[in-house]
Amino acid sequence: MADYENKVSVMAGLADDGAAQIGEADTWQDKAKTLVRQNKLAAFSAVLIVVIILMAVFAPLVAPYDHIRQSLTDRLQAPGAAHWLGTDELGRDVLSRIIFGARISLMIGLVPTLISMAIGTVLGLFAGFYGGKVDFMIMRLADIMLAFPSLLLAMVVMYTMGGGLINIFIALSLVNWAGTARVVRSQTLSLKEKEYVEAARSIGVKKPVMMFRHILPNCMPSLIVLFTLNIPAAILSEASLSFLGVGAQPPSASWGLMVVRGKKYLLAGQPWLAIAPCVAIMIVVMAFNFFGDGLRDVLDPYLKEQ
Amino acid sequence: MLKKILKRIIIAIPVLIGVVLIIFIMLRIVPGDPVTTMMGEHVNLAVIEKVSKEMGLDQPMYVQFFQYVGNALRGDFGTSYRLNRNVTHIILDAFPNTVKLSVCAALVAWMIGITAGIIAAVRQNKLLDRLFMGGALMGVSMPVFMTALLLQYMFAFKLRWFPVSGFDSPRAMVLPAIVLGWNSAGSIARMTRSNLVEVMQNDFIRTARAKGLREGGVIVKHALKNAMLPVVTMMALQVSSMLSGAVLTESVFGIPGIGRLAVNAIETRDMPLLQGTVIFTTVIIIAGNLIADLLYNVLDPRIREGA
Amino acid sequence: MSESAVLNIQNLKSHFFTAKGEIPAVDGVSIQVPAGKIIGIVGESGCGKSMTAMSVMGLLRHPGKVVDGTILLADRDITHLKPKELAKVRGNEISMIFQEPMTSLNPVYPVGRQVQEAILLHQNVGKEEAKRRVIEMFREVGIPEPEKRYRSYPHQLSGGLRQRVMIGMAMVCKPKVLIADEPTTALDVTIEAQILRLMKRLCEEQGTSIILITHNMGVVAEICDYVYVMYAGKVMEQAETFDLFENTRHPYTQGLLKSIPRLDEKADRLYTIEGVVPNLLHLPKGCNFCTRCEQAKERCYQEKPCLYETGSGHGTRCFQYESEVQLDGQ
Repeated sequence: MADYENKVSVMAGLADDGAAQIGEADTWQDKAKTLVRQNKLAAFSAVLIVVIILMAVFAPLVAPYDHIRQSLTDRLQAPGAAHWLGTDELGRDVLSRIIFGARISLMIGLVPTLISMAIGTVLGLFAGFYGGKVDFMIMRLADIMLAFPSLLLAMVVMYTMGGGLINIFIALSLVNWAGTARVVRSQTLSLKEKEYVEAARSIGVKKPVMMFRHILPNCMPSLIVLFTLNIPAAILSEASLSFLGVGAQPPSASWGLMVVRGKKYLLAGQPWLAIAPCVAIMIVVMAFNFFGDGLRDVLDPYLKEQ
Repeated sequence: MLKKILKRIIIAIPVLIGVVLIIFIMLRIVPGDPVTTMMGEHVNLAVIEKVSKEMGLDQPMYVQFFQYVGNALRGDFGTSYRLNRNVTHIILDAFPNTVKLSVCAALVAWMIGITAGIIAAVRQNKLLDRLFMGGALMGVSMPVFMTALLLQYMFAFKLRWFPVSGFDSPRAMVLPAIVLGWNSAGSIARMTRSNLVEVMQNDFIRTARAKGLREGGVIVKHALKNAMLPVVTMMALQVSSMLSGAVLTESVFGIPGIGRLAVNAIETRDMPLLQGTVIFTTVIIIAGNLIADLLYNVLDPRIREGA
Repeated sequence: MSESAVLNIQNLKSHFFTAKGEIPAVDGVSIQVPAGKIIGIVGESGCGKSMTAMSVMGLLRHPGKVVDGTILLADRDITHLKPKELAKVRGNEISMIFQEPMTSLNPVYPVGRQVQEAILLHQNVGKEEAKRRVIEMFREVGIPEPEKRYRSYPHQLSGGLRQRVMIGMAMVCKPKVLIADEPTTALDVTIEAQILRLMKRLCEEQGTSIILITHNMGVVAEICDYVYVMYAGKVMEQAETFDLFENTRHPYTQGLLKSIPRLDEKADRLYTIEGVVPNLLHLPKGCNFCTRCEQAKERCYQEKPCLYETGSGHGTRCFQYESEVQLDGQ
């Protein structure tokens, strides 16, 4: 009897250990914990992103001054106690403009990316799933879009539509779908062969339903990572376009615009006008990139390192 | 093999036609009459009509399109509105500058990127790795104009080591090359590192060690060749990307290349020039993609020799 | 085992230092390999047999480390050799082939060149001579059209041919010992038979000793002269092949043999050893096998048994056979 009891308790202990190792499915809470544990930088970036978003949303409350108010007496003041980042050529507080500029950058980062990825996802699903002529046409279209140098293409679109922020939105929403389409298509192609798709087809599930209910959810991890990494690309595009003069127009607080308008003061002794928005762009872009990288390590099984 | 290559080239043709078509349409749905834009608002209606006829702008769109393509195939991309010169000549004048810039930038990017990537992979998860990869990510995150302005400010203005703009001397090429190469170096470093790390997990690396090869030999002789295959493809794509869009770098440093030409064309509403420039750069990208594809097929013996 | 062994592993301990704790993957293993014999190491996945081989070859990577024991190759202590010295021994005097022929060769070099590399590393000959030797070795291991195959890439060869290339690569410097880690597990049964026959022939003709690591008792019965049975990092039983099968002593070995389905017996259910391999981080206080052993007694849960001599050249790590003579410690 004693033998038996002994054996059972030892076995029970082993079973607990064994179960822990034989692996439960990773829930997203587990993945989040893994991320925080392994990649402190990515976790920190995630927090930073949330802070930036909050800052942008509550800009009127956070910004020390009204970002539009001009004051010719306070022109071109160096960073100091009253104005932490100085003032620009029209006397506006640079810090406040940066805070309000975050709104523009985030909007440009999020909205066009969502739209273009939605377009790309749908097209990629159709291409991968239906194959044949549909696939060929969609992929040629994607090739065409990808053949344009991205900045030039955006510039041409702006040329056609005129400048301004709204037009940048539209431009960026319409031209960036090809990358997503390719990724989704290749995932669809490989997922199409999986057994559960066969099973679904055999019980008569219709094609569109199959695409959206069975295949799409399995593309989600890659899509989430792609989303996080496309946001900074969109932000950089807007900044570059505004820098070149075909994007946001004055008196917008777009960071790219701030840089180009501050450029002439760079060599004249007031570098903070151009440097502050540059640093702001860099911080936001880096935060998204670090986070996206960390996310990819956790979500995308193909890229796991041992 | 040859069949594959031909097939890729043939597929590229409709893509090219599509590109030209899209540009054509986009540039013509601009509100406003091109001739008026070119000559100004206050010109006589009769003059406008005459010029329009001369330039063939009174014809329906599809006729214009075929005329354009027909001319283009003979190398004639029209005449610039503003500069009143043959667009082809203007482009061919500007292109060598972009080539010079791109070549220098590519060399910088590859040398720094590959070295950093290898070191980071070999010292995986140690200080150097984190440092290099952090730097690479930063490099990819910094907008090109930011790098340009910063370097210009620090090294040209404050330290006066290099000229602020211009492109005549080798000295003048240093800063723009670094700026343009910076992003690429970051991407290459990251890809080299991640590929090398992955390749080192493979079984044949274990075999190489079991043979008695020292670690250095294992990395250089066995791992690198496998790891660099996709990187070479990336390098080809980067070159074509640089050639076609050094827009920001050329703007900041005042280099008379293709990118700046395109920006000018937009600013002056010079439609033929813009059209010619965009098509030219697109052809470069399509060619670059083809070359990258080819390289990948040729360098990997699994694909080259077939299964 | 009184003949002088060409490879003498004494009390080898290799531990893995992980974030979760120190894992004793190889826990005091002693193996003697006489010249010209084929030694088998059997056990389930994770019992430490591969890690033993890797430790001997010096291929153990972070976080694994050899923490104790001695490895003598032809009476020369190679346990603590510097990497430079060890590299001269590896592939030369002692070589190893692995389980997955599909992925064990570098895909971007022709196979002949990869074998040539082994020669150029260790022997003082020119490229032409080395190539000639490779082609001869290819012929030796039964690769048809050796000159043509020299230039083949790995993906152009079948699994069996690739394994022959691997064997060729391992044998080309005429090593004293060849370690084969599950060399036929990934191959078809017919090819497996051919490869085993090849290995036996090479052993006889060249006098190379072979350590054959496998989980397949059938393979052991086929070509091994002497067998070590491992479980959870320790040797549980060791004997000459025939003796092991005829006079099986250790409950674990008995379980292994019982698990092999037989054509002449009718059974509703196949026999399995109950339970799972213990987590090496939380080994039982007593014998490593106590929790799954049908014959376990109270003492088995409390103390660890030593390897007791239970016959000529036969050792068993079980209290049932406790005797005066201890072949090995705990």
